[in-house]
Amino acid sequence: MFDFHGYGPSIFQGAILTIEIAFLSLFLAVSLGLLGAIAKISKNRLANAIATAYTTLIRGVPDLVLMLLIFFGGQMLMNSFTDMLYDRFEIDIFININEFIAGVVTIGFIFGAYMAETFRGAFQSVDNGQIEAGKAYGMSQSQIFRRIMFPQMMRHALPGLGNNWMVLLKTTALVSIIGLADMVRLASEAAKAVHEPFTFFIPVAAVYLMLTAVSEIVMKRLEIRYSAGVVKG
Amino acid sequence: MESLTALLNQNEIFNLQTLLHYWDGLVMTVQLVFISLVVGAVISVPLAIMRASRNPWISKPIWVYTYIFRGTPLLIQLYIIYYGVVYIEGIQDSMFWPVVKEAFYPCLLAFVLNTAAYTTEILRGAIVTTPKGEIEAAKAYGMSWSTMTRRIVLPSAFRRALPAYGNEVIFMLHASAIASVVTIVDLTGAARDVYSQHYAPFEAYTFVAAIYLCLTFGLIYLFKYLEKKMLAHLRPLS
Repeated sequence: MFDFHGYGPSIFQGAILTIEIAFLSLFLAVSLGLLGAIAKISKNRLANAIATAYTTLIRGVPDLVLMLLIFFGGQMLMNSFTDMLYDRFEIDIFININEFIAGVVTIGFIFGAYMAETFRGAFQSVDNGQIEAGKAYGMSQSQIFRRIMFPQMMRHALPGLGNNWMVLLKTTALVSIIGLADMVRLASEAAKAVHEPFTFFIPVAAVYLMLTAVSEIVMKRLEIRYSAGVVKG
Repeated sequence: MESLTALLNQNEIFNLQTLLHYWDGLVMTVQLVFISLVVGAVISVPLAIMRASRNPWISKPIWVYTYIFRGTPLLIQLYIIYYGVVYIEGIQDSMFWPVVKEAFYPCLLAFVLNTAAYTTEILRGAIVTTPKGEIEAAKAYGMSWSTMTRRIVLPSAFRRALPAYGNEVIFMLHASAIASVVTIVDLTGAARDVYSQHYAPFEAYTFVAAIYLCLTFGLIYLFKYLEKKMLAHLRPLS
């Protein structure tokens, strides 16, 4: 149907890279989000302030700006750090910030803030009586978290989590701007080379569409699984 | 004022010239976001009514549109429109060429189509959750479908859609940063220019991040205020 002028395999590689970035940054975002949510509901004021600053600042700035800031600014910081090492200790190293790691870290860092808000709401909607019951059974803090809080929290968090995942998936397209050879970048290079934008961008759009469609189905399944035992009115 | 000039003289990056460049970028960003939001909102009202229709021949095509535009990255939509518009047969000889030659209008088109898709879904959600009693009351008054939509369904749907629409506005502001990719000098584009002029990515991007942060907070407060005004009747008694 489509003639890719031989660019097909490389764009396919790019699609795999996109999926890798999406999953790795999802993992990072969920970890950061859980940490942030726990910090936000904890009584420790310092942890609270740090988590609040993190979620407010990150959610107030466009992801592209943050990505450019972390990628270019991070490289500058790294350069001045290695310069300092050279000046002080005569250690001559050059650390190059890898685009892949920068992309994953940035997206994970950004969506960690959104996840933290989702998880915070979910933690707070776990019935207090459940936690009291756990205490009454003599469970330790970590047991209560693992056995009672987390499974019930996930039920409330899943819709928000699913939304965040969809947005995250689409945000991965931005890594092409900082020079990562994902499918968007490869497609745009190919499109410029053969002057056929539609041949390359429409299949890429279709791949994204397919990924979101599959995610929707998976989310539905997960929601059914995690709401086992909930009586629907 | 003197302390400000002193501060400006201290550093090399934020002189009058770069600040003016940032200002131009701010104007461009506000223009892009504002126009696309207004046009998108206007388009989305009829689309949402059609999308909420029970007739699948009317609602399904709109569903396909919103599904495609919400399921693909805005960057791809922008690329398709920006690079694709050149290849439309005969466009270079038509009267539209001076308009679409610049990046501004293709970019605006992408933004409008994108935000209209999201706003349609938000509005549709608000329309289908109209309390049944309101519709029954309107029918009991003998209102026609169009009168009912105009007087009962839409006004209450607009109010209920407000919180979600506030998020969409902020999302659009953040998404507009992509305009810098297709050579438009918006806020992010201005930051990129300053970065490449002075090789100071940290300062250039942090400054622009702070501007976006202020804009975001301004919008959040605006929508909080609007919600307080328009949803006063829904506030729980305390």
